[in-house]
Amino acid sequence: MIKLDNVSYKVKEGGKDRYILRNVSLEIESGDIIVVTGHNGSGKSTLMKIIMGILPVTSGKIYLDGKDITDMDIAERARLGIAYAFQTPVRFKGLKVRDLISTAQKTNSKIMDVCNYLSRVGLCARDYIDRELNDKLSGGELKRIEIATTFARGARLNIFDEPEAGIDLWSFDGLISAFEENKGEGGTNIIISHQEKIIGIADKVLVLDSGNVVAYGDRESVMPNVKTRPVCSMLQGGSNE
Amino acid sequence: MSNIEKDLLLAVADLHQIPSGAFSLRENGKGVQINSTENIEIVPKENGKGIDIYVKAGTTNESLHMPVIISKSGVMDVVYNDFHIGKDADVLIVAGCGVHNPGKDSSEHNGIHSFYLEEGAKVRYVEKHIGTGVGGGKILNPITNINLGKNSVLTMETTQLGGVSSSVRDTNATLGKGAKLVVKEKILTSLDQTADSTFHVNLKGEDCSADIISRSVARDNSKQTFYSSMVGECKCFGHVECDAILMDKASVVATPEIVAKCVDASLVHEAAIGKIAGEQLIKLKTLGLSDKEAEDMIISGFLS
Repeated sequence: MIKLDNVSYKVKEGGKDRYILRNVSLEIESGDIIVVTGHNGSGKSTLMKIIMGILPVTSGKIYLDGKDITDMDIAERARLGIAYAFQTPVRFKGLKVRDLISTAQKTNSKIMDVCNYLSRVGLCARDYIDRELNDKLSGGELKRIEIATTFARGARLNIFDEPEAGIDLWSFDGLISAFEENKGEGGTNIIISHQEKIIGIADKVLVLDSGNVVAYGDRESVMPNVKTRPVCSMLQGGSNE
Repeated sequence: MSNIEKDLLLAVADLHQIPSGAFSLRENGKGVQINSTENIEIVPKENGKGIDIYVKAGTTNESLHMPVIISKSGVMDVVYNDFHIGKDADVLIVAGCGVHNPGKDSSEHNGIHSFYLEEGAKVRYVEKHIGTGVGGGKILNPITNINLGKNSVLTMETTQLGGVSSSVRDTNATLGKGAKLVVKEKILTSLDQTADSTFHVNLKGEDCSADIISRSVARDNSKQTFYSSMVGECKCFGHVECDAILMDKASVVATPEIVAKCVDASLVHEAAIGKIAGEQLIKLKTLGLSDKEAEDMIISGFLS
């Protein structure tokens, strides 16, 4: 469904070019769960931002169902069916959880629909629906609202940047089920994660190292090799890049 | 009433028609209609420059609407309205002024409102200001003086959402023992408009509290100033928060001042001015909104 053809992204640092991603080519099949992993600074978040259009490619092409979307902006890609859950969700003074989730849904949402998305990620909808998205919400609460908002979009392709961060142990199984349910409904999910439980539900695993794809394939074939690579001694760490 | 006047009435008082309860309508500098009820008495001042409102002790579930409408150019209106709220009364007061200026000269309304709340009284005071019409200046200078008796509560929601060329807002409050003041101010300016808002809050009675929240959006070349001075004279709690979104070439000056005169006075102030955060726009764009739609949603939420 989504194809990256020789995608590179570079930045200027101290007057010199530095490649964050170098010649990444890969294809993701519809209905798969892809877990993207790799150590800090390997280019995981950058790759996801490039798929969403938040960052531009330096070179290369991106295709969604055969259509070249390389020059499309974020909103155009969103309307074509790409959804994105940020690693650090943004706060909005004055906007409520209800506002964000209803905006994510294309149609006028029924209150029950909004509640269902929140319940999926372990939040009691009644307590949250009219909460303001301000700093009175904890990081974990905000993270779950972000995930619920992403599911609410009903997109064909969902991208999650470290969805487990801030999720408590009791909600973790619910999160895993939510991904599996979405897959059951035909959704394609790309998840940046370092957690073995999340890697455990992957159809495919993509491993990045210093902006290069070092492994991409079925979980069963990639993971045994990954575990022997030095890079993966750091798989339990992880943060922004 | 003309359609313009009806529109103004709807904008400032959410009224489609003259309501059945306590009511006072002022048009182009003159009181034109007054309706008292058994518990809310409205008495015009002898000099014709305003009204005294007496709410009987224990009155609950009643409201007073008192819109001011200016639909002519060159009107200079000054009005003094005094609110005497009896013990344990609990009422809603909806005020506001709409100025439609069709001509060259400025039209101006200066409303001086004084509140006297007796022990245990509660008032929710909603005030909206709006300017319309392509003519000259639409000037509004509201002054609000608040005297809160023991354990009384005043919640003031004041909104100025566009079209007002210039406003100078002055709010002064003195709080007695256990009294509570909550102010939510929302201001939107654009073009070359100016809006100044000043608060002087004196926390005088033991265990009183005040929460002043101001949110504003300044667009184009508009200019806003916010100044608040909160003085804690005893064991009390005070919080001032001033948030502004700045756009285009607008400017905002925020000066929150807190003065503690007692070791048990707990006073907090926060002020933040900045443009719309880039990540907020990006988030809403990932939901399929255009730049303009994202911006509008952020601003309307911020001022909601």
